[in-house]
Amino acid sequence: MSLTLIFGLYVFFLAAFTGYQVISKVPHLLHTPLMAFTNAISGISLVGSLLAAGGHYGTLSTVLGAVAVLAATINVVGGFLITDRMLRMFKKKGGAR
Amino acid sequence: MTLSTTETFVQLLYLAASILFILGLKDLGDAQTARRGVLLAEVGMVAAVAGTLLYGVAVTGVIIRWEWIILALLIGSAIGTGMGLWIPMTKMPERIALSHAFGGLAVGLVGVVEYLEHGGPKMSTLQVTATGLEVALGALTFTGSLMAFGKLQGFITGKPVTYPGQNASNMALIAGTLGLIGLLVYQPEASWAFYAVAALGVLLGVLLVLPIGGADMPVVICLLNSYAGLAASATGFALGNNVLIICGALDGFSGFLLGMMMSKAMNRSFTNVLFGAFGAEPEAKAVTAGATPAGPAPNVGSVEEAAEVLRAARSVIVVPGYGMAVSQAQHAVRDLANALQAQGCDVRYAIHPVAGRMPGHMNVLLAEANVPYDQLFDLEVINDDFSATDVALVVGANDVVNPAARSNPSSPIYGMPILAADLAKTCLVLKRSLNPGFAGIENELFIRSNTMMVLGDAKKTISQFTAALKE
Repeated sequence: MSLTLIFGLYVFFLAAFTGYQVISKVPHLLHTPLMAFTNAISGISLVGSLLAAGGHYGTLSTVLGAVAVLAATINVVGGFLITDRMLRMFKKKGGAR
Repeated sequence: MTLSTTETFVQLLYLAASILFILGLKDLGDAQTARRGVLLAEVGMVAAVAGTLLYGVAVTGVIIRWEWIILALLIGSAIGTGMGLWIPMTKMPERIALSHAFGGLAVGLVGVVEYLEHGGPKMSTLQVTATGLEVALGALTFTGSLMAFGKLQGFITGKPVTYPGQNASNMALIAGTLGLIGLLVYQPEASWAFYAVAALGVLLGVLLVLPIGGADMPVVICLLNSYAGLAASATGFALGNNVLIICGALDGFSGFLLGMMMSKAMNRSFTNVLFGAFGAEPEAKAVTAGATPAGPAPNVGSVEEAAEVLRAARSVIVVPGYGMAVSQAQHAVRDLANALQAQGCDVRYAIHPVAGRMPGHMNVLLAEANVPYDQLFDLEVINDDFSATDVALVVGANDVVNPAARSNPSSPIYGMPILAADLAKTCLVLKRSLNPGFAGIENELFIRSNTMMVLGDAKKTISQFTAALKE
């Protein structure tokens, strides 16, 4: 087993536990916005796809990378917009947010 | 290992992004701070993208052309903006399913490029394993989510599709996929195995969602959310990128957690859900439905009779279900609530965790109709109050108010926590027709003596109630 893997597993499990703690506190009320929000941040795969789309690789890789960038960007932009659009609608009595 | 100044800066940007995502999620725990959370995550995303571009240009020099990047970013932003601004709230489950498909596609393609460019003997064991898992999960999420989208949208039948040996063959396919990934570890250059993994992922996505019925969609959508996250995490392992690992873990766990809550709310074990045993359920349901003897006829009332009941009510609890979304009745419900409140009646809403087609579906629809969220109550908070309530108004909900879940051990939904609408003095049930609901289970609530059914389109019926109250 490589040290990189061990470090990666540390990061994964610590993030998972942090996520568990934080997400279990999100009320039922906000579960749809939560899904839209995690959709948006899953667009972080841009980190990989940008390098593929702009890389000094063959045409096939570039095209596949560009499609990946496209799909991830739709999620990031659409996901954040829709989360905010939903959250704007949640109002308490008297119009206070 | 000491990093160059630029690379240090890139890594710090990734770290900042990871922290901002977690803080953003934390803010999402309260409706008061949730919008700030979105802003934090947006800043995080910009930091991560900027860091990646800087890395590709100044650290490794991998990025040499911009035309594809810019084109994809522009078109993606345009489509994303369109979807973000104009998709109606009633279509939210479909939009979420579609975005899981995009997420899976993006991750899967990154994996394919990785293998194309760095594949073969040059890859470490870790990279090969991670890339294999990434592509399998990405492909599975892609087609699985498209299937879920098709079922929600009605392109594909919402009924479970089952055939003999379904679970066994699916299991064999999963085992085969894992086996091929194992083979790749020892023979990283076996590209046929790599593409076979991708193809099996595509196939599995279709086959695993096929047996799942429309009413079980909340759990499936959560699971696909989870798979999309895990695929992103696998990418992080393959690329040695922590922000990907972290985001994927957050996404994966969020979906997993929501899925667990949903299956608990349906009294299904999570293993049952994970291994796609949904197929076994419908047969049981069909048998029960057929075995139920023709009992007393339901008490069907006219709009006027029901309006009379509402006029006399001092307290009303509205129980919305998927039917409210289908007939887009949320605004009409809100108008009726206003009219009821104007006559001094207390109006609250009881939200079952699996009402609708995705977690929180009803909350969002009611929020869209300007219902203040402090009038929305979760099952465990409001359930004891039904017995002291004049009217329970059931709008397009069925299984979540079926008393058989409490009293009939032979019912397929026995043990599922339900809203006690039957305990209210009068239970008004708005339903399109007298046919059994989606799950095909008889609902005793409809034949109770304190229940009055009003048949027809929920939106129209409710508007008529409101008009009658205002007379």
